[in-house]
Amino acid sequence: MSYVQSIPPHDIEAHLAEHDNKSILRFITCGSVDDGKSTLIGRLLYDAKLVFEDQLANLGRVGSPGTANGKEIDLALLLDGLEAEREQGITIDVAYRYFATSKRKFIVADTPGHEEYTRNMVTGASTADLAIILIDSRQGILQQTRRHSYIASLLGIRHVVLAVNKIDLVDYQQQVYEEIVADYMAFAKELGFASIRPIPISARDGDNVISASTNTPWYRGAALLEYLETVELEPTDEARPFRFPVQMVMRPNADFRGYAGQISCGRISVGDPVAVAKTGQRTSVKAIVTFDGELATAEEGEAVTLVLSDEVDASRGNMLVAPGARPFVADQFQAHVIWFDANPMMPGRSYILRTETDSVSATVTTLKHQVNINSFIREAAKSLQMNEVGVCNISTQAPIAFDAYKDNRATGNFIIVDRVTNATVGAGLIDFPLRRADNVHWHALEVNKSARSAMKNQLPAVLWFTGLSGSGKSTIANELDRILHAQGKHTYLLDGDNVRHGLNRDLGFTEEDRVENIRRVAEVAKLMADAGLIVLVSFISPFRDERRMARELMAEGEFIEIFVDTPLDECARRDPKGLYEKALAGKIANFTGVSSPYEAPENPELHIRTVGHEPTDLALAIEEFLDRRMEDK
Amino acid sequence: MSLPHLRRLEAEAIHVIREVVATFSNPVVLYSIGKDSSVLLHLAMKAFYPAKPPFPFLHVDTKWKFREMIEFRDRMARELGFDLLVHVNQDGVEQGIGPFTHGSNVHTHVMKTMGLRQALEKYGFDAALAGARRDEEKSRAKERIFSIRSAQHGWDPQRQRPEMWKTYNTRVGQGETMRVFPLSNWTEFDIWQYILREEIPIVPLYFAARRPVVKREGMLIMVDDDRMPIQPEEEVTEQLVRFRTLGCYPLTGAVESDAVTVPEILREMLTVRTSERQSRLIDTDEVGAMEKKKREGYF
Repeated sequence: MSYVQSIPPHDIEAHLAEHDNKSILRFITCGSVDDGKSTLIGRLLYDAKLVFEDQLANLGRVGSPGTANGKEIDLALLLDGLEAEREQGITIDVAYRYFATSKRKFIVADTPGHEEYTRNMVTGASTADLAIILIDSRQGILQQTRRHSYIASLLGIRHVVLAVNKIDLVDYQQQVYEEIVADYMAFAKELGFASIRPIPISARDGDNVISASTNTPWYRGAALLEYLETVELEPTDEARPFRFPVQMVMRPNADFRGYAGQISCGRISVGDPVAVAKTGQRTSVKAIVTFDGELATAEEGEAVTLVLSDEVDASRGNMLVAPGARPFVADQFQAHVIWFDANPMMPGRSYILRTETDSVSATVTTLKHQVNINSFIREAAKSLQMNEVGVCNISTQAPIAFDAYKDNRATGNFIIVDRVTNATVGAGLIDFPLRRADNVHWHALEVNKSARSAMKNQLPAVLWFTGLSGSGKSTIANELDRILHAQGKHTYLLDGDNVRHGLNRDLGFTEEDRVENIRRVAEVAKLMADAGLIVLVSFISPFRDERRMARELMAEGEFIEIFVDTPLDECARRDPKGLYEKALAGKIANFTGVSSPYEAPENPELHIRTVGHEPTDLALAIEEFLDRRMEDK
Repeated sequence: MSLPHLRRLEAEAIHVIREVVATFSNPVVLYSIGKDSSVLLHLAMKAFYPAKPPFPFLHVDTKWKFREMIEFRDRMARELGFDLLVHVNQDGVEQGIGPFTHGSNVHTHVMKTMGLRQALEKYGFDAALAGARRDEEKSRAKERIFSIRSAQHGWDPQRQRPEMWKTYNTRVGQGETMRVFPLSNWTEFDIWQYILREEIPIVPLYFAARRPVVKREGMLIMVDDDRMPIQPEEEVTEQLVRFRTLGCYPLTGAVESDAVTVPEILREMLTVRTSERQSRLIDTDEVGAMEKKKREGYF
């Protein structure tokens, strides 16, 4: 759509060169549902004659439920390309449009207004330079205006156009416009935008969209398109230090070893020194290799392959950087997190954290506060719900290399991925590393785990019994404990009920509290394993995520998941504590198997079916497993 | 000074192609022989230099492609030395499915969509790179660069993952696959400009020549072989035409043009008043046609 122009140039090559060197503005439209975002972009494209004839004709074919017998073209339909969008008359997902005028190229992301689709608004905002925030003149500032302004500012958008839309529906009153602008300016002060440009607009009729409107003589500023063509963008800051996230190591043959990636900022020349971020190793650039020949210099944005002078250890996920200005390398840091998923973010739960090229296990250790998007006030919270923004301390299983997001959007961001569904459940913007991660290293004790366990003549282990209430976990664990003790092994049994009377007596049975319950028990089990003990943990532990988190805390092979598999009706029949009777009567909320799910292990080390077997025989089977494990060592 | 437009698009595409190789175990490029595929092929050669692209190129042949396309495909594979796989839906061939006998919808579904699904399953590909662009069609404008398909190959627009910065979520579950569109942010004009600058070979059908055509349902359909039934009231005439997009020959309209070089094509585009997909019958055979096809696994 970008190439419709009235007069074809004579010198096509010169025209193309000019075209290629035009600056590019990436912007988003946002605001509440029905503020007219899609209509505005449709109007912009239509009035600037950037819509093809067959596409216009198609609008007629599609028709629109909202317009009078198809007379008036519904310009929003140029963008709302999904059936669900046409049915509901709303934008669900980002539509990207590309167009150019004689002055500039544009990529516009038309993003959804509905709160449910905040994730798609964030998608558009993460790469934008400018946001057009639409306000319905009749409604004034709404919750979504605040939410989108806050997210735009958080994601590093510097410029805002405040499009006060549907000005025709308030009789083009200057006073209405002025009041909305004053309201917006008052609350946006805190958001730190470099510029905010208000424009009174009617997207439906085209007032002040591509040319000044006679209906608003009191408005003297530029029309929207003119402003978009001329707004000054910050130039690429060449002084920023070199950052090159390693995407992959290319080794086509024994003679060639190159590091492929895209330069995220700064520039690099052959001969320049570089450091490997995570190890601090130093070397220099021997060659910059591309298909089109070797380069002397490469700059921000280029996808190249670097050959280094020395063999260094830098694989995918690491970064090649300027030795004099290195990024942070830490496994604990503070970040702003935007949550997208219907399942809330739980501190203590294990997620996958992905940066541009790195991927590690991570947990939120502390949710410090969430941000109220109406008042921007910090509020205490135990978990983050969908579309909420919070400030978190995050701990990763291995250190990652990063910059603060405010210094570098590319190296300061991450996404959070759910381990089970693989959905992208959150987005993160790193604030700073936590110093204690740098300074407090795990104390390497002289008397270590192997010394302690050797003295006991045993291999430390965490035997994690999981299963429904009444499945027989504690009975079998007790039996095993007795057998091991008789053999002179050093053991300890952690039982759900007992721990809840002491260490975890402050915790209830909400999902957050159950996650925390397991986290604490897993940490205790880890310390006990470190002391050389064989730890028996008997917990329902209904969620795979938490069991996986516990597994990851332990050394390789140390965590032995034992699935005590008893059908629900059999557990209810046994009902040793009379709990099923109460739960089935609705007297206990969140009861596993009745009113709360149980996620059975997929690959447990031991799968024990209890029906028809004696607990002692089952305990002996586990003991045999431990014996074999000891022999294998 | 930031990178000029085409170099930025090129770098973005190379980054995406490499990301696929770095994170998937068995990727493939869907090579449809058109101009976008030609650009994608060229970018894949660049992305892994000095090595060759570490994945095969798959052509799902409907048996109704222009003959010149097939010749071009085989020549490219020979000259560039890439690993070419050709898959035909044999069930469809046995049932005698074709655009004239079964209509565009059935033909496309059986020979293209089902054919593609068969091929992905046969080879166990977990990621498929393709040359789709967001400016082609309204529902494509909504698609992510990394776009997940269910184990049944279905696309659910409401299940799309948010895609922020250049940080892509490339994880797929059991049986799921990823479609990857490195040219998402390119326009038709960018493609032609890049073909010009990089001197990328393309199928000669893109250039104007005198070709035998029939006017049918407002489109100029080229008579590419004797399988095309000519109605009594129709007349085959030689006209100076070219193609803006290439698919199955009975479903792809030619446009009248005298552009015989890439700069002339670019000049023509500056005055053109219709979109490239106007000449694709399958986009408009029903409302929301492309989205429906994509939900079933079409690209």
